[in-house]
Formats: sequence, C-alpha cells, structure tokens
Amino acid sequence: MSRKTYRQAINEALAQEMRRDPTVVFMGEDNVGGMGAPGEDDAWGGVLGVTKGLMPEFGRERCLDTPISESAFIGAAVGAAATGLRPVAELMFVDFMGVCLDQIFNQAAKFRYMFGGKAVTPVVIRTMYGAGFRAASQHSQCLYPIFTHIPGLKVVMPSSPYEAKGLMIQAIRDDDPVIFLEHKVLYDDEEEVPDDPYTLPFGEANLTREGNDVTLVTLGRMVKFCNEVADKLEGDGIRCSVIDLRTTSPLDEDTILENAEETGRVVIVDESNPRCNIATDISALIAQNAFDALKAPIKMVTAPHTPPPFAPELEDLYIPDQAKIEAAVREVAAH
Amino acid sequence: MATPSGLQLPREDLLRAYRMMCDIRAFEDRVHEEFATGTIPGFVHLYAGEEASATGFMMHLGNKDYIASTHRGHGHCIAKGCDIKAMMKEIYGRRDGLCGGKGGSMHIADLDKGMMGANGIVGGGPPLICGAALSAKTLKTGGVAIAFVGDGGSNQGTTLESYNLAKVWDLPAVFVVEDNRYAESTASVWSVGGSQLKRAEGFGLPGRKVDGQDFFAVYEAAQEAIERARGGGGPSLVHVETYRYYGHFEGDAITYRTPEETDEVRAQRDCLNLFRERVTAAGVLDAAQIDEIEAQAKALVDEAVAEAVAAAPPGEQDLMTDVYVAY
Amino acid sequence: MSELIQAITMPKWGLAMSEGLVTAWHVELSAEVQRGQELVDIETEKIVNVFESPASGILRRRLVAVGDTVPVGALLGVVASEAVSDTEIDAHIEKFNAEFADVLAARADEEVHGPEPEVLDVAGRAARYLAMGEGNGVPLLLLHGFGGDLNNWLFNQPTLAVERRVFALDLPGHGGSAKVLAGVGVEALADDVAGFVAAAELSSLHLAGHSLGGAVAIELARRTPQQVRSLTLIASAGLGQDIDAEYIRGFIAAGRRKDLKPWIERLFADTSLVRRDMLDDILKFKRLDHVTDILTSIADSVFAGGHQALVLRDTLAALDMPRQVIWGAQDRIIPASHSEGLPSAVGVHVLDGAGHMVHMEKAAEVTALIEKLMDSA
Repeated sequence: MSRKTYRQAINEALAQEMRRDPTVVFMGEDNVGGMGAPGEDDAWGGVLGVTKGLMPEFGRERCLDTPISESAFIGAAVGAAATGLRPVAELMFVDFMGVCLDQIFNQAAKFRYMFGGKAVTPVVIRTMYGAGFRAASQHSQCLYPIFTHIPGLKVVMPSSPYEAKGLMIQAIRDDDPVIFLEHKVLYDDEEEVPDDPYTLPFGEANLTREGNDVTLVTLGRMVKFCNEVADKLEGDGIRCSVIDLRTTSPLDEDTILENAEETGRVVIVDESNPRCNIATDISALIAQNAFDALKAPIKMVTAPHTPPPFAPELEDLYIPDQAKIEAAVREVAAH
Repeated sequence: MATPSGLQLPREDLLRAYRMMCDIRAFEDRVHEEFATGTIPGFVHLYAGEEASATGFMMHLGNKDYIASTHRGHGHCIAKGCDIKAMMKEIYGRRDGLCGGKGGSMHIADLDKGMMGANGIVGGGPPLICGAALSAKTLKTGGVAIAFVGDGGSNQGTTLESYNLAKVWDLPAVFVVEDNRYAESTASVWSVGGSQLKRAEGFGLPGRKVDGQDFFAVYEAAQEAIERARGGGGPSLVHVETYRYYGHFEGDAITYRTPEETDEVRAQRDCLNLFRERVTAAGVLDAAQIDEIEAQAKALVDEAVAEAVAAAPPGEQDLMTDVYVAY
Repeated sequence: MSELIQAITMPKWGLAMSEGLVTAWHVELSAEVQRGQELVDIETEKIVNVFESPASGILRRRLVAVGDTVPVGALLGVVASEAVSDTEIDAHIEKFNAEFADVLAARADEEVHGPEPEVLDVAGRAARYLAMGEGNGVPLLLLHGFGGDLNNWLFNQPTLAVERRVFALDLPGHGGSAKVLAGVGVEALADDVAGFVAAAELSSLHLAGHSLGGAVAIELARRTPQQVRSLTLIASAGLGQDIDAEYIRGFIAAGRRKDLKPWIERLFADTSLVRRDMLDDILKFKRLDHVTDILTSIADSVFAGGHQALVLRDTLAALDMPRQVIWGAQDRIIPASHSEGLPSAVGVHVLDGAGHMVHMEKAAEVTALIEKLMDSA
C-alpha cells in the first residue's frame, strides 16, 4: 500500500495486466510518443502522461503509437479484440468520439449479439472527459450518457485512484467492450492504493457516505464534491448517503432504490448536460420504482444545456460545484 | 495480363474452387427466387456475378486468416467456409441460424472460420482488419487479414485511414476493392475520384488491378498479395473489376443501368462459364465432373432452403441473451 | 518541572488514522486517574475504542469536548499532580499547541507518518510486518487470525512496544504479504513464520497469536520451545474442534460492504464497534488477486468439513514456557469453552463483554495480560 495518483494507479493497472497477460497491448495517439521523431523515446506517454514508462518495459510491439486516425485505430483495437488480443485503446478526449463512433457502437458493441453470442470483444477504450481545464467546447464534454445508451457497451467512471486501479484491471479482464472514462481534473489526486493487483466489480455502486436524511447519487469527479458536501452538512445535522455509481452500464439499480427508499430524498449530481443524461435516467428509475417512498421531489444538479464554455468565469459557472450541490441537498432536506 | 498460373493447380483445388463458385451462385440465385415469394425478411444484397473474386482470394486462406466483408457478404461467407445450411437459416431469421437469427443477411459471421462478418456499415470492415492483422502480427500466428470493400466503401474515410494505418504499422493485410460498377445506384466511374491504384500508391501500398470475372487472374493476384503479407512484406491493394447480376438489394428495380449491359456480361464474361471453358479446353476437368459439381451445389442449396423454411424462429427467451458475455 | 505535567494526546490507532472523535469522557475533571484506567472513548472511521490513560495523577484539564474531532497527536487533556500550578499547566499547554501547529503543518505538507510497515524476504516471498518500540526487552511477535492482518493489533501494539520491539506480522497470503502460499495448513504457515523469525534475527521472542495465529504460535513454540519465552493464545484455534463454519464461508463469499457487515459484526460482542472503514479495509484485502483462493484453500485445509482439523491441546500441555489463553466470553466464532480443561499451569482469562476480537474490544485488559505474562518469563 502506498499513496498513488489517479494517473499512477491507471499506469500500474496497465503494467500489472501487461505482465500477467501477454495479449494485453495498448495503442493511441502519442501513447508512447516520439515515434519516428529524432528526440527521446517514450517522449510523452500519452498527452497527460498516463502510459509513460510502459514502453521501456513492454516494447513498441505492445505499446503502439498511432497516427491521428481514430476511426482506423479504434476500429483496429476492436478487430484485434475479436481476434485474440486484449487491446486498451486511448481515445485522447471523449469529444473525439464523433470521428470513430461507428467502430464503437455499430461494431464492438454489437458483435456479440449480431453474431449470435459467438464473438468476444475484450476491448477497453480509455478516454478523458470533463470540464475544469479551460479546454473549451471540444475538449471538456461529458459524453458518457451516449455510451451508456448503447447496449453491448460497459461504461466505467472511476472517482479516485483506488477506484481507477481496480476498475481498470477489471476492464482489461472483462470480456465485453468497456468505455473507461478518466476525468482529466482527477489525474493528480492521490490516495492509498494497494500495490497488489485487485479488481472492483462492475455494476456494484459504492456507498462513500452513509446517512439517513438525503441520498446523493453521483459519479466520476462529482463523487468528491458530494463527499465534501455530505461532510459539511453532517455538522448541520443533515446526514447524507453518497452513492458512487462506478459504472453507468451496468447500473446498480438495487443500491440506488434501496437507499432512495430509506431516505425518501434524492439529489442526483451529474456533470453531463441535462437532456437524457444519467441524472434523468436515475430520476426515472426512482420515480417508477420508489415513488411512494419519496418525501420530496427528486432534484438534479447538472451542467446546463450548453457546450462547455472557455472563459474561466463561465466554465466555473458551468460545472456543478459544491455550492450548487449543497443548495439542492438543503432544499430537499427542508421539504 | 500475366499468364494465369491457376491452370497448373492440382485437380482437387480446381474442383474445390469451382464448387465454391457454384455454391455461391446456387445460393444467391435461390435466395433471389425465395425472396420474391416474401418468405425472407429484411434486406438482402446478392453477390451473384462476383463469385470469382471471393473464390480467388479464399482459395489461399485458412482458419487463422481473417476477412471482413460488406453488405454483399454471402459469397465471402461461403468461400471462407461458413456452413451453408446455417447461413440459409440465418437469412430466414431462424433460431439455429449461424448467428441465432439475430444477425441476418447483413451480419453473417463465423469467427472460428476467420469470417469477421458481413457489415451493414459501408467501410466498416477495413479498420477491423487492421486489428485482425495486428493480432496475427503480435501473436505471431502467421495469419493474414483481408478487407473486402465495394467501390462505394472505397470512398469511406475508414477505408483510406486503414490503408495508412496498415502501412505505418506494417501489417499483414490486404485490401480488396470489389468494383462492381455501382454503389447502390451510383456508378463508380462517377463516385470514385482518381483511381484505386493511385490511391494505394499514395499510401505506399503496392496495387494491382485484375479482371474479376477471371478466376485465374484473381487467384494469381490474390496469391501475390497474400504471400507478400504473410511473408512480412506489408499491406497491399487489389482492385477487382467485377459485376453484380442482381440489383443493389432484392426489390431494386435496377433502372439505373440497362438490361443489355447485364445480359452482355452474363453471356460473355460470366465467371463460372469462363472457368468451365478454360478447364475443359485445357483438359484438366471434364464436362461430366463440372455438371456433377453444379448439381451437388444446387442439391445442397435445395436442402438448405427446405431446412430453413421448416426451422423454428427464435423466441422471447432469446431477445435478451448475448448482449454481453456477462452483465 | 514539566515531567510532572503529562500530555494526553489523541492516539494513532492503525496506519490510516488521522483524526478521532471524542464520544465520552470516563474521568471527571480534577479527579484522580491511574495509568491504564479507561479515560476517554474515541471513534474513528474504523472502530470505536476506549483509550486508557497513559499516566497517573490528577486530570487537570479536559481540552476536547464530547462530539469534537481532533487530529492524531492533538492535546486531549493534561494529567499532573496537585503540586503543579495552573499557570504552569497553561504555559505548558500553550507551548504544546504552538509546537503541535508546526507538526500539523509538516503533516499537511508531506504526510509525516508514524512507523510504516516493512517487508522481509522469506523464502522468496514478501512478508510484511510493522515493528514498533526500541526497548531492550525480549521482542514480541504478534500473529493475527484468518482473514486478518497486522492492523488487528492496532490497540495493543503501541502499549506493548513501550519496553521492547514488537513485530506484528502479516501471515502468508494476508495483508501486505505475498499472495502466494507454500502450503495451506498450520504447519506450512508456521514454516513461513519461522522463516520470518530467522530473517528478522529474533533469537528469542514472546509470542501472541489470535485465532488461526494462535494455532500457528503453538506449532512454533513446539518446534523451538527454548526460543519462545512466553505464549499468549487469544481466542485461539487448535484448542478444540468447534468453529463457526458459517462465518468462515460467509466471510470468504462476501463481496460487498453490506454482505460483509453481518459477518464482521459476528466477531464482536458489541456490534456497534464495527465502522464502515473497517469493512472497507477488509473488502480491499479480499479484492486483491488470489486472496479468495488463498482464504478458501486455508479454510478447506484448516477448517475442513466445518471443524478444526488440528487440535493442539496436548502440544500446549507439553510445553513449559509461561502460557495463557484469553477469550471473549461472547466469542461466536470459536467458543470460550475451548479454554476449559487445560493444565493448571496455563493461565485462563475469559473476559466478559467481548467476542472473538477480544484484543480489540478489551484492548487494555488483553494488553495488560500479555505484558504481565512477558514480565513473568
């Protein structure tokens, strides 16, 4: 056990799985870096350095740089997964899904069903999401609701370094296509992470706080914000449960419903845009199955229905923050 | 054109090749007839006329070699070794079809045979084939991977990106453009800018154009490309000029081309006839053997249709299965 | 004279504890308190425990109110004799707090920790242990039970380490030790522990083992009786056939916090002691690669057919170093009745109000009993 960052936790998961299983390879733009260039090898390790240091151990054959050509290499990862490898492909920013989505949702996601259960496509697509980097509209989105919508994909959103390592190892060992979303603001977060390999199961939400007054359902970076709000409000006598979904597909409906029934007050915190997002989905789930237990209307805290803005002042307004979450919790608690 | 070397093939290979082509022709002609009766659901795109292309390539492949196909995939499936009766059941949407009745004509696949699927997305296959070729290279299986696209698919970005990726990764891949003159109703002479071979050249891929009606020409071009890939020589492209007899899909009124054009190809350049003439003229097979093969193919397809018609459809218990390995 | 003024500070129980919540004071202001007397209840994320006074004298200040949370090392109160003036005490507090502010700043800066676990190579396998104490007394080796780890001794080890070096070891396949077993039985586990004893160069030692660790301790004492100066067996395996097989199965199978909770509660007489972080730590261990297989194979061997396979009562009787067994009267895993019928030379202490984790629930008593036996050796 030692303290590791979110970035190190993902890197360690990759390294340990590559040591364990020779069919694990990774690929992506600048994932090693410096391919064909006159400078140093392993120049980048990905744009934010997540895969840095792996190539010297595992070699260029398993650590693949790609041209800027997402359609081809995401599709190649899918094809390689169907033919014996376990590729981890990096789609640098989730915003770039537009240029390669066919290979994800029409190919990878559907092989098993269309081919009558005979295909196994153990591909992991790592991708960065989320606002907070002043990276503007095409590098800051939270497009996970789109992946969550697609049968055949699993969608994973680690909220901390411990979660990231266990979920990444599970993702690599999983036999289905997995979209693994890394929040770019979390990379330098640090906590105790076991040195041994371990897995966290998909479809099992994690209760990071337990309280009887209000249920906060959340995911990804927002888990941290919700924990902070829960800790603060405990001092004011409002005890919150915080549910870290970990995966939006599969979704741990039981934990959400059990907790919502217990508290009768629900706030869903989702960094994505509000039309057809995870918050609306969970809201419908609770409304359909736990309506009688509700003591207050379900409250959603999300980004507004706008692209992520550039100006820091605007981006700060755009991101659901602790103040908005706290206000929502106080509102349902007072109901 | 170089002297076709195919005539030097062992007799059993010639028999196998002709059987492959006859199976495809019998299958497609029969699906055409049955579709008209309204018993086959959905969209069907037939390969009749192009048999020499699939056969000329697949004669060089084994189960460790992968192919990705197109909408018009029946011929590739049969040539790659998919079970014909299971394919017919799949086209009828039966529970024991090759894909459990969940794929249908456009998604027939059999990964055990190296068939990565017909593909409902034009240009969907080439990136997948880069992956299969990467697997072969990384796992050192000695396999190669072949993407078939039509002249329509040759214009997709995925196809062109795949040429580049295969080149920069130095993959054991072959890209086959089956140019049957029409992408849906649009002529390739209009829709394809430049030339297929110059496109290949632009990406650093060796390219070769062949007469797709001539099995022996395809066979030889395929051999060159596949041996290059298998021997570590990297990816290449083969531009196959061919022709489809039926419409883009069954039900297509085919008003964009003339019946005379089709009649002329059928009469002058039919790939089965050309094969038959060539081998009988050379005296390597006799007419009786050829007739017997044709009869066997028709009989097999007759049985396949009878069994498919009688087979049970999937039920409600099948709707939710096989979305995931585990969920 | 500041020696007369004794600072009572927030203890650090276990590696992860950074702060504690004061839930009750057991000694009134200005009342007399004895070293080892229950002083204050402290709740952490992992567990609630009573903190015994480390000093004797008058409790002159209670500086943290019930309901307040303070960091590890913060001043909880002051014990001093009547001779010390209020002014001196206030000056002492002021000085302490000024220095403590620097400590906190340094901690925030670079996470200054207490003793960290270390790793020794035993026959090619990593053995993790936590060593505390610098005293000259014969060292003590603590062996945890099935599914546990060195943190099980968090309430005992700091006090036991006042006069000697105390090693808390992770058994093979457990905690931070290698997730690989040379063998699954008590003898094989003892082989590894013997390897650790040799690698740590412990020529003589006291042994205390809990549950499965108790059976391992008996086996070690049998092999090298001259090396083992005293033997404390806590809710020990190996003293009878009974074991709660349902617990063993349930503990291995549980993969979620809510599934695990009832099993962990079964370890305690007072189930309210079980906090969510304790469950999280156990889950984190159970999720590690190979752990489920290791626990299953140990259980299949040591608890085959729902009974303890190895009964070492005769072995224990035949030893002659100072020995004792300690049990929680409400132990639901291995019954306290296993302490009955042993030779009179073996001390028997059955503590009321405690379950299988008696060394956590009645930490002060168990610690004192271990110290007393070691002193008698």
